Formats: sequence, C-alpha cells, structure tokens
Amino acid sequence: MTDDPGLMTVLLAMFAGAIRVSTPFLFVSLGEMLTEKSGRINLGLEGTLVFGAMSGYAISYHTGSPWLGVLVAGICGSAFGALHGYLCKLPRVNDIAIGISLMLFGTGLAFFFGKAYIQPSAPRLPAISFGAWSDHPGIRQALEINPLFLLGLALAVFLWWALKNTRYGLIIRTTGDSAPAALALGVNVNKVRLLSTMAGGFFAGIGGSFLSLYYPGSWTEGLSSGQGLMAVALVIFARWNPLACFWAALLFGAAGALGPALQSIGISRGYHFFNAAPYILTLLIMIVSTSPRRSLKGAPGELSITK
Amino acid sequence: MADTTETSGVRMQSGTSFELVDRLRRSSEFFVIPLLALVVSGLLFSAFLLTLGKSPLEFFSLVWRGGFGTSFSWQNTLVRAAPLVFTALCVAIPARLGLVIIGGEGALVLGGFAAASIAIPMVGWAPAFLMLLAMFLAATIAGGVWIGLVGALRHYRGVNETIASLLMFYIAVSILNFFVEGALRDPSDPNKPSTKPIGSENMIGAIPGTDVHWGLLVGILLCIALFLVMNRTTFGFAAQIAGGNLRAAQAHGLPVGKLMVVACMIAGACAGIAGFFEVAAIHGKANASLIAGYGFTGILVSFLARHNPLVIVPVAIFLGGIAASGGLVQRRMDLPDATVLVLQGLLFIIILVSETFYGRFQIFRPKGEAA
Repeated sequence: MTDDPGLMTVLLAMFAGAIRVSTPFLFVSLGEMLTEKSGRINLGLEGTLVFGAMSGYAISYHTGSPWLGVLVAGICGSAFGALHGYLCKLPRVNDIAIGISLMLFGTGLAFFFGKAYIQPSAPRLPAISFGAWSDHPGIRQALEINPLFLLGLALAVFLWWALKNTRYGLIIRTTGDSAPAALALGVNVNKVRLLSTMAGGFFAGIGGSFLSLYYPGSWTEGLSSGQGLMAVALVIFARWNPLACFWAALLFGAAGALGPALQSIGISRGYHFFNAAPYILTLLIMIVSTSPRRSLKGAPGELSITK
Repeated sequence: MADTTETSGVRMQSGTSFELVDRLRRSSEFFVIPLLALVVSGLLFSAFLLTLGKSPLEFFSLVWRGGFGTSFSWQNTLVRAAPLVFTALCVAIPARLGLVIIGGEGALVLGGFAAASIAIPMVGWAPAFLMLLAMFLAATIAGGVWIGLVGALRHYRGVNETIASLLMFYIAVSILNFFVEGALRDPSDPNKPSTKPIGSENMIGAIPGTDVHWGLLVGILLCIALFLVMNRTTFGFAAQIAGGNLRAAQAHGLPVGKLMVVACMIAGACAGIAGFFEVAAIHGKANASLIAGYGFTGILVSFLARHNPLVIVPVAIFLGGIAASGGLVQRRMDLPDATVLVLQGLLFIIILVSETFYGRFQIFRPKGEAA
C-alpha cells in the first residue's frame, strides 16, 4: 500500500496542503475562540478576513513590505472587532445579527477598495525551507513553511497557557461564563468583551492577509471560501481549547487539500464533492459533537449559540 | 402588563377617538424609527462618498433614475425584487421562531437546479403547463427539504441553524457544479457549464404590458398568505410563542420541534420558488448564474421589514431598485459595483442598531404610560 506512488503523492500533497490551507483557519479560529471565551460570538469575522486580505495586499503593494501588510490587516481587523464589540453592548442588539451585517459590510468595503488591486502584483510573504535534508522534491516543497504558520502555533500555545494561568485569562473566562459573577468581581463586562473582540478581529485580519500574501497569494474577490464562518464551527469542534483549535485547523486544511491533491494524480471525478469536503466535515462534526439536551462541555456559559 | 393590554383591547372596540390617537402613537414607532434609520444610513453613506471626493447628490439622483426614474428602470427593479421577496420570506418565517437562517441562497440554487433537471427529460413531449407544474413542485420540495433539514438538525441535534444553513449553501453550490459540469452538462454550450435549456416555448412569460415575469405577483400573494398564516392561525400563534420563550412553549406542550421543522420547510420552499422563477422565467436553464446573491440580500430585506411578510414587498422593491441602479452608478460616477454592497452593509448595521431605540421615546407612548 505504502509504496503506491499515487497514494504517496496524495498523502504528501494533503500534508503540504494541510499546513498551507490551515493557517488562515488557525488565526480566525483563535480569534473567534477568544471572542467566544468572553461570551460573545462574532459571525462578522468572515468580513474581517476578506478586508484583512485586501488591506494587507494593498499595503504590501504600496510599501513593498508584506509584513507591514500583515500588521495593517490585523489593525483593520481589530477596528471591525471594535465596531462589533461596541454595537453589541447596546440593549436589544443581537450579536449574531450584527455579525451577519458586519460580514456584508466588511466584504463590501473590501470589494469596494480592492477593485484597484486585482491586477497589480504585490510582494508576497517569504517561506522558510525545512526540507533541505531531503532530496525528494515533493517533500521539499511540502516543507516550505510560512512563518505565519509557526506564529499561529506559538499563538495557540500562548493563548492556551494564558487563558489558564494568568489574571487576564481568568477575567475573560469569568466574563464568558457568567456576566453577573464578573460584575461581582468588579470587572467591566462590556470592556472585556470589547477588547476580546478587538483581539479576535486582529487575529482574523492576519489570517486574511495570509490568504492574499502567501496562499493562494493574490487578491481576488473569490479569495475566501467561507473560512471565517467555518471557524465558528471549528471552535465548537475544538471545544474552545486553543490547542485543539490548532489540530482542528490542520484537519480542515487537510480536508480542503483533498480535492486538489486527488486532482493532481488524475482523479477529477467528483472533484466538486471533494471541494465541499470541509463543509461536509464541519456539518458532520457539528451534528456529532452537539446535543440538544445538555450544554456543550467547555462552552462559555454566556454564549448565545449554545444556549 | 397583561392587564393594560387587555383593557386597551376592550377599549379599542369601543372606538373613541382618544384610543385611536393612542394606537397611532404606538404604531407610528414602527414606522418612524426605521425611517430615521434609513435617513441616518443615507447621511453616513454621503459622508463616505464625500471623503472619496464623490458627490452624494449625484449618487442618490442616479439611484433614483436607475431604480425608479423611468418605466424601464421600474421593470428592471421589479425583476430584481421578485427573488428578493421569496428569499426574504425564507428568513422571515423562521425568524418568528427565533431562528436565524442565512442559507436561503442554497435553497434557491437547489430549487433552480431541481426545476431544471426535472424539466429536461420532459422537453419535447410535455405541455408547458405540465412541465412548469413539475418544475414548481420540484423546486418547492428541494428547497423545503434543504432548509427543513436545517430546522430538524437544530431541534433534534442542537446544531446552530445559522452556521448549518450557511454550510449547506456551500454544499448546495457544489451539488449544482457537480451535475452542471458533469452528467447534466449541455455539450452544445462550450462557454459556460449549464444544463440543457428548458426551451423558450416552455418559459414563463411576462405580465402583459411589462417585462416583469409573474414571479413578483406570486411573491406578493405568497407574502399575504404567509402573513395570514403567521398572524391569524394557531400555527402562527404557536410559532410566535415558541419564538418569544422556547421553554414556556415547551411547558405548555407545544410541539416546538415540529413547529421549527415546518417553519423551516415553508422557508426553504419559498427560496426554492425563487430558484424556480430564476430558471423558468429568466435563465431558461440552471447554471452558476443562479448564485447571484439574492439569498444574502434577502436577509437584509427581512431584517429591514422586521420579519413582517407584508412589509417585505415594499422593502424588496426598494433594495431591488438600489441594486438595479448599480450599473448606472458604476458607469457615470466611476465607482466600483461593490458600492451597492457597502450601502447595503451600512443600512443593515444601522437598522440593527435602531432596535435599541424601540420603547425609549416618550412620544410614542400614550399619556400616563412610562416609556
């Protein structure tokens, strides 16, 4: 079985694809996780992601520095987060509906300002080669890893540690589990949620800039295929655990790489279904991992989608 | 609280002029606040245009001309409004139960695809009437099952309906692409992967004297029918209770799960009908043109109409007009076509924020009642 070259190619392509495709998932899901830990859900991260992709690309084109683009994408993302965080504190304003409207607004703004950047090509992010030890070109190519992936991994570990062991982590978790308890501790609930949503937007913006600056590596209007929304499901699957978010993002990346990988060895039948694999996987995961009778293990108590 | 509404209900029947004024005061709130929200969005959008060095006056006059100025633009507007009416219903009906369904586009796509695929084997022998009936049923069933599934997943498995419906949109698109680029592809059309055409003789014509197809009229009738269902039947009443307080509804023995699934099936059927008309009256075949964003604009329509089926029609025409003027704005003002998206997004945000102002103004309350 293992010396079958076709299978080997598919597995290698899926491994490489998992690493490449998973990075935006990782950043958006970490952002969504942080926001949800504070008790709100931000469905607008899809719009944030698309705007981050556009702004990162534009800045990289104008300044010649892709890293500056990543930073600006993050800052734009936190601006969207701030808008979400501020509007949701108003009474009778629903966080899910605001998220949908911000998705539309962010995508609209990105398409509006992005029209001018569809043609020109901007400097892309560099990759670090870890494959020099191998003389197999496939393995070498698979081990061309973008620094943002490593940054995302570090971020996941940091968030996992910080939420568990720091004062700020405790404040965020308390706010998300019970707003009255947080109030009793003297915590400003709205402020914590605002800051968490802003930080979440920052990560989502970075995730978007990865799309336009590394893989697929250019700005188009069809750049995002719903990663921002799938991140919401991914966070549920990962049970609000940052480390699990990392593994879940890898899994989603591998699922996303399945279609192109099979096509590369000539299996193009059912191509569209393989492309739908991440969505089907997400849906199946949600069906299996949720339950109508009890609230999910690990879910923040204030979260509207699990109530 | 319950006492006051009961007594005012009794007093309303006696019909003295004071009660009429009170009633007007109360109901004007639902008219004035959305109107103010529209004005505020217009102002904010004007500021956005001004910072880009464009004239807001020119923009709004072009929107008026492109959307409502001439009989041609009216027809263009109404053709765009028709699918919006159906997709907005797909959001509004589940919203009564407190469900936020955003995947109406998926039901539209599948409905259109089902309609086309049942029609193709019938081309040549079946009379147009029979074929259209079969297409209509296929689209309704496909859409109804698709969103009904979302409702069932929500009730029986606790899967969040917002995310599930959106994921199912992507799955619906891949189903369409799979067949349209594969088994059902029309080999005689090399440019755009499509199904075979249903034949122009079988397509739905326009309302006499216009270029507007019958879908709009069907949409209006459906809105009236669903308004009556949601406001004048036990089903609608039960749905409203379940939307207001799920636990209370369950405690009273209402079949909440059944209500959810049925409401979602009605919703999906509505979006499926939108797909039917897109195929049977506009495109004549199923292809990627079905994914035109009507399902997503429908979400905005429904929220603007506060999920009231009767208000959906004017709001759909309003937004259809804005969309219809997009081309003119693009040509004359050198603005990208996404300008309309920005305006829609802004409008959506402001409308949602305006929810917070209901019940806050004394002016809408009868004398002696606290706001």
